[in-house]
Amino acid sequence: MEWEVVIGLETHTQLKTKTKIFSGASTAYGAEPNTQACEVSIALPGVLPVLNKEAVQCAIKFGLAIDAEIAPRSVFARKNYFYPDLPKGYQISQFELPVVGKGKVTIQVPAVGKNEAYEKVINITRAHLEEDAGKSVHGALEGMSGIDLNRAGTPLLEIVTEPDMRSAAEAVAYAKKLHELVQWIGICDGNMQEGSFRCDVNVSVRPKGTTELGTRREIKNLNSFKFMQQAIAYETQWQIDTLEDGGKIQQATVLFNPDTGETRAMRSKEEANDYRYFPDPDLLPLEITEADKAAVRAEMSELPEAMKARFESEYALSAYDASTLTSSKEVADYFERVIHAGGDAKLAANWVMGGVTAKLNAEDKSIADSPIDAAALAQLIRRIADGTISNNAAKQVFEAMWSGESDVDAIIEAKGLKQVSDTGAIEAMIDEVLSANQSMVEEFKAGKEKAFNALVGQIMKASKGTANPAQVNVILKEKLSK
Amino acid sequence: MALDNSDIKRIAHLARIEISDAEADKTLTKLSGILTLIEQMQAVDTTGITPMSHSQDVVQRLRDDVVTAANQRETFQANSPAVENGLYLVPKVIE
Repeated sequence: MEWEVVIGLETHTQLKTKTKIFSGASTAYGAEPNTQACEVSIALPGVLPVLNKEAVQCAIKFGLAIDAEIAPRSVFARKNYFYPDLPKGYQISQFELPVVGKGKVTIQVPAVGKNEAYEKVINITRAHLEEDAGKSVHGALEGMSGIDLNRAGTPLLEIVTEPDMRSAAEAVAYAKKLHELVQWIGICDGNMQEGSFRCDVNVSVRPKGTTELGTRREIKNLNSFKFMQQAIAYETQWQIDTLEDGGKIQQATVLFNPDTGETRAMRSKEEANDYRYFPDPDLLPLEITEADKAAVRAEMSELPEAMKARFESEYALSAYDASTLTSSKEVADYFERVIHAGGDAKLAANWVMGGVTAKLNAEDKSIADSPIDAAALAQLIRRIADGTISNNAAKQVFEAMWSGESDVDAIIEAKGLKQVSDTGAIEAMIDEVLSANQSMVEEFKAGKEKAFNALVGQIMKASKGTANPAQVNVILKEKLSK
Repeated sequence: MALDNSDIKRIAHLARIEISDAEADKTLTKLSGILTLIEQMQAVDTTGITPMSHSQDVVQRLRDDVVTAANQRETFQANSPAVENGLYLVPKVIE
């Protein structure tokens, strides 16, 4: 039987606020245990939550970015369960009335093997604000666990999709797109190692062609795209094997073990899913007005999809180039700075996606650390566009700039890379080469076309690559036809 | 909705409340009474009425995102039964 996998994601994005969602304690990462755990974070009796304005604005930004309904009135609810890293005995979250409603994210699924790349719209069900729990530290003392409540109360936006994805590749493409988007709009630092962006993946399988959803298992807390790909692949195969062997899938929460590449069901917490949500009487309904939304919108920079469309129309770039250049805000901004500094758009696109990206990847750097700033790259591109240097010579100048030299014209001068476009000088060089290579000239005249290219090669060599190749071609043809 | 004793025991367990059989019986009577009352209220037509989530008809005020809490770990941990290297210690929890 042919099977189809159905995948939905729940992503916890940690919001880039200075303080917690309901108190004035710092959210800075890496502090000494419990030094950022105030009376609200540790849930002393009598304390009250006060909602952080910035967290609400982050939620509004996200809602605007995915073209979602933003609730004019949303409500905080208590999600009740007992665990030592949750000292109140409940997590403040949102249940019936989340701040962000239905929206859409368009993903680009890359080509794999024979399958071509394609775009797909993933529907977002909702996104809601909630607080993070603390951390349990095991093994500090025999028979005991240590609790660090620095993270307790850190604001999260939980983003939930419809079960719209049909392969691990689509799920990873969505996760990557969301990861870029939340950084682009500046609501999350995207640091997956530090847990700022964590995904829970719901996986089920069904016979291809049927519409009823199979029983799902939820893979918890994936914090790398590679692990996500591996975990979904393993889980999908495991479910298919189980069903084909006549077994049944039990709804469960599973963990992925990166060492074995396997998923394994967690010991199910007794009655774990009876959270008894109810509106939190400590918090009033959150009202978001049209004016609030307009104020946030006014502060937001252009969104990636809009920028991609603009790059295509304004700079006549291909859809692929525009998509690549808008894959991160830093790259897109750098590219535009090059253009604003006078660089030709097509050349700028090629250099940013080619030379610059290759160097950055090789040195595992981000574009912010590029030793060549946008103005310098623009200067290099201007020298290619005005014919001062050839593309090949530009590569040498680029190398020199990458290793720290800054003045483009000085490098061209010092290395003698200036392209010779003076007809007289080129003619002189050609005459010299022709007289030294009479045999080739005769071969060409006898009908051997290849000899022409060989002569061009000799001339370029004689000029140390500085002769303008287009002019060399024209003049050489003239001379040989005489 | 009819409750029985096992529902009461389960609800008590979820809230980590220890409850004797006699207390469970008494609670069953009281809780069933409340549910009967709610059933009667279901007869009221609530079409077009926004569900109330708070008794006060006001909206949430927001706080500026500024750090105001100082580190008071020593004070807080003075009340804790067991601490080690700044961590609160609890009986081992491992999933």
